Amino acid sequence: MLCRTASDLYWASRHMERAENTARLIDVTRRMALLPERYDRGKAEAAPWRRALDALGIAEPFLERYGIIDADTVLKHLLLASDNPSSVFNCLRAAREAARAQRVAITAEMYEDLNTSWLDMRGTSWARIHGDGISNLLEWIKSRSASFRGVTIGTLGRGEGYHFLQLGAFIERADWAIRLLDIAGSPESHAGHESQDAAEYFRWSALLQSLSAFETYRRLYRESVSAERVAELMLLQETNPRSLLTCTHTLHQVLQTLAGGQAMEVVRRAGALSAQSRYARIDEVLANGLEAWLQDALARLSGLGDEIHRQFMISTDIAQLTQTQSQSAA
Amino acid sequence: MANGFNEMHEPLGGVRPHYQAFDRWLKSTPEAQIERKRREAEIAFHRVGITFSVYGEESGNERLIPFDLVPRIVPAGEWRMLEAGLRQRVHALNLFLDDVYGEQRILREGIVPRALVLENSAYRQEMRGIRVPGGTWSHISGIDLVRAGDGEYYVLEDNLRVPSGVSYMLENRRMMARLIPELFNRQQIAPVERYPDALLEILREAAPAGIDNPVVAVLTPGSANSAYFEHAFLAQQMGVELVEGADLFVRDSSVYARTTRGPQRVHVIYRRINDEYLDPTVFLPDSLLGVPGLFDAYRAGRVTLANAPGTGVADDKSVYPYVPEMIRFYLSEDPILHNVPTYQLRREDDLRYTLEHLAELVVKEVHGAGGYGMLVGPASTKAEIEEFRLRILARPENYIAQPTLSLSTCPTFVESGLAPRHIDLRPYILCGKRIHVIPGGLTRVALREGSLVVNSSQGGGTKDTWVLEGGA
Repeated sequence: MLCRTASDLYWASRHMERAENTARLIDVTRRMALLPERYDRGKAEAAPWRRALDALGIAEPFLERYGIIDADTVLKHLLLASDNPSSVFNCLRAAREAARAQRVAITAEMYEDLNTSWLDMRGTSWARIHGDGISNLLEWIKSRSASFRGVTIGTLGRGEGYHFLQLGAFIERADWAIRLLDIAGSPESHAGHESQDAAEYFRWSALLQSLSAFETYRRLYRESVSAERVAELMLLQETNPRSLLTCTHTLHQVLQTLAGGQAMEVVRRAGALSAQSRYARIDEVLANGLEAWLQDALARLSGLGDEIHRQFMISTDIAQLTQTQSQSAA
Repeated sequence: MANGFNEMHEPLGGVRPHYQAFDRWLKSTPEAQIERKRREAEIAFHRVGITFSVYGEESGNERLIPFDLVPRIVPAGEWRMLEAGLRQRVHALNLFLDDVYGEQRILREGIVPRALVLENSAYRQEMRGIRVPGGTWSHISGIDLVRAGDGEYYVLEDNLRVPSGVSYMLENRRMMARLIPELFNRQQIAPVERYPDALLEILREAAPAGIDNPVVAVLTPGSANSAYFEHAFLAQQMGVELVEGADLFVRDSSVYARTTRGPQRVHVIYRRINDEYLDPTVFLPDSLLGVPGLFDAYRAGRVTLANAPGTGVADDKSVYPYVPEMIRFYLSEDPILHNVPTYQLRREDDLRYTLEHLAELVVKEVHGAGGYGMLVGPASTKAEIEEFRLRILARPENYIAQPTLSLSTCPTFVESGLAPRHIDLRPYILCGKRIHVIPGGLTRVALREGSLVVNSSQGGGTKDTWVLEGGA
């Protein structure tokens, strides 16, 4: 498979996954904004939206650019802004453009599916979104992502192309597992204050619902919703299809298949990351500080992304050339 | 201007025999249902993404080529004649190319003027003396045919560089079979679906000698190109890689693709980029579309380019008038298909006649393509004619002129209902060990009333083309 094809497919599915998770982020944020102010430490309507931007690491530049953080400004930025490369609008466009460039490597149904999503997205506007209701748009985004995933699974041969689509989807999803956990606020021990308990419960169950994981949680734990258990479900549970463990485990398997028995640095990194989530215990993670653990996982994930790029998406003749150049420079 | 030969109706209004099955369907189908089918076609084409972008418009602007529900139908007997004529013509054109880049017998014998060929900007000096595998220069040819007032077919022009449009032939057929399957049961319509298979076959046959299992790739300028859909479509249908220049590199005179598993040899390139962009070290130096060193690999016989560079000299409008002579010279046969009578303005007599009759003639730039550099006398204003006159006088050798043919018409759905619109036909011919003439082609239709320009870039549409099997 061409390096360019591998890269385009990887980014097509990454962008679809990004669009879906952006919808989930907005969903959980809207739920949290429903919580009466007195329950919220931020004491302002904008607090949940501020946290959403924090989870993405863009609160400061956002404030600088728009001068305000409120629901409408954030929604427009995340959904429609043409100058935000990660807005849902741009994600659907990028996924469709990549698929258009790689029509040969995917099935006609897959391209038609992405093309339909893009044509519908292109035809929408803020006024129309407002008129139809944000919830409908979020449902639509999730269903378009599900549709593409389904068409891919159902029509594409299990060759290299399929594997690169998998890589893109799971590396993106792993990233969001960490960021979405961040948004509900860090779990902390509290002294059984009743209103605090209610707020905590509200926040964590909102997160589970946005991730379509509420039922999984109930079946798995059969106990009240707690911060510790939610963190475990999001990070370390193999039964949760969106957990960090599931994502890194899948990445490791796919990369092993792609490596075909060769020793590659990219496989080692994925294996290490997968093992880190598989053998961790949530009580230890919390005791040693969740935030630091999450930051470390994010950094390793980003390193894995770079290594995938280096291994498969840069041609060896160019890699050798750059190597020679850097050697002669040294 | 006469209304032209009507493909469906006889002059007194009766329906021609080969259109009767379609006519019955048309009359027995409620208007609302037909309207639904037309809408369905439009939505389906949009969803599949069969679009083209127009030069001169903002890049990335994609439009649909309008598809018309009324097919162009060619009776079996007529097609037998066309097929023989196309086979003969493409055979002779390939012999001509092999000759002018080789021995140049036809020039020595004075059949075609030496300067017309050797000083033609489409003549590639770099190809002089090169022997191509199987002697095939134009592997894929599209020959544009029109039908004049008396119903006789004429060759309007030959396309031997990178003829496009074949994806519409295939997609239009798929659409018709989906919308009106019952018509395919009522009569025998020759299938066109084998085209990608035949294309792969002739491309593999063109591989350099000694390669058992050649790797074929389609080379595209990229997704911004107006025909990108077709490049992707053909690569997909053939099951080969679609590559851009940057995906290929040349090492030790061999061409490799950059793949996730390292370099992979490529033996045959179906290139959909023009000659001058193929290799910046030989042709246009600042082109980013091609592959540095590609021509060197080609000359070394390590890779085949289809079509070969330099085929443009045979389809140039200044060479076109000599094709009937080529057929006689190389094949000792009489041409089956006729040329449109052509005035060559580099000749003094022809120039004088043309300047006196500009309002009746069609004048074309010899190296022009896409319907941009032409004057359709009867459809032009006085000012336009005078402006064109100055252009002709500045460089007469740059132009040819032809009588304005009243192209045949076919009923077409327009806003006011069904109305006759002018059409042409581009059949596709594939040359490998054998010559394959695909029974069908791309019928283009000028949607504006009275217009004779069918190019998609000028507001043309397309129709499915049915070649009937059996019968007259």
